[in-house]
Amino acid sequence: MATIVVHVMPKPEILDPQGKAVGAALPRLGFTGIDQVRQGKRFELTVAGEATVEVLAKVREAAETMLSNPVIEDVVAVEVV
Amino acid sequence: MARIGVVTFPGSLDDRDAARAVRLAGAEAVSLWHNDADLHHVDAVVLPGGFSYGDYLRAGAISRFAPIMDSVVDAANGGMPVLGICNGFQVLTEVHLLPGSMIKNEHLHFVCRDQTLRVENAETAWTTEYRAGEEITIPLKNQDGQYVADERTLDELEGEGRVAFRYVGWNPNGSRRDIAGVTNAAGNVVGLMPHPEHAVEPGFGPDSRDNGRRGTDGLAFFTSAIKGLLATA
Repeated sequence: MATIVVHVMPKPEILDPQGKAVGAALPRLGFTGIDQVRQGKRFELTVAGEATVEVLAKVREAAETMLSNPVIEDVVAVEVV
Repeated sequence: MARIGVVTFPGSLDDRDAARAVRLAGAEAVSLWHNDADLHHVDAVVLPGGFSYGDYLRAGAISRFAPIMDSVVDAANGGMPVLGICNGFQVLTEVHLLPGSMIKNEHLHFVCRDQTLRVENAETAWTTEYRAGEEITIPLKNQDGQYVADERTLDELEGEGRVAFRYVGWNPNGSRRDIAGVTNAAGNVVGLMPHPEHAVEPGFGPDSRDNGRRGTDGLAFFTSAIKGLLATA
């Protein structure tokens, strides 16, 4: 059994309203010195066998076609943990 | 009589209102089910508003893989009129029938208001009964309504007259270039965030004593489609 983690982030040119709101709230709680926050998604995919090259290729395809929307998001990492 | 299908996904909210709008406009409303690929010989399809699959992953992202969507995409590519309202618009962008995407409203709040739009393109399958430049007021209610696309796509849409509707007075969600709705190149597929199906009967849609509106500014979406279908029948 292997766990593959997929990280998806909003494209740099896309405004990230959620990240902006989090960034604005941090100083109010005393967490100063943080210039910018961008919020993304982390998916944990568990597969029955080993995370072979073929399995990873399939996961990457799933990440790029369903887990992310290429119009607004980038798949920034697909890694085995 | 023209047959217009309204798709129900798990979490659709406005499917009954959309069906009612179809009937009030003079067509037969046909209920379509997300898990059934059969379009039941409809002449046009409406993808209604709501929160299909709870907006999980992204709004419209899971619905686009519903069995009926393959049939809708094939029919749309064959010229069938397809209208996506709110969540339906999000589904149409996720399935790539329309360009761009919707992200969370710039101000992060759910917004519910009577919204004025300008009909920029009165030649789509769903807008021929309007005049280009006509302003209409219909309800708007969404959380993920900020229309975004890259600059090249936006320029292309503007250049080809594919910005179908633009917000007037106030941009309620931070949408690029005040875009409220767009059409595909052929003009048969239209998507918008505001809700024409909630403004089809006097006394129930947004109205005003000042400007003589009767609350029916959304009805012409449906009568446009019906007229087009009858003309080609």
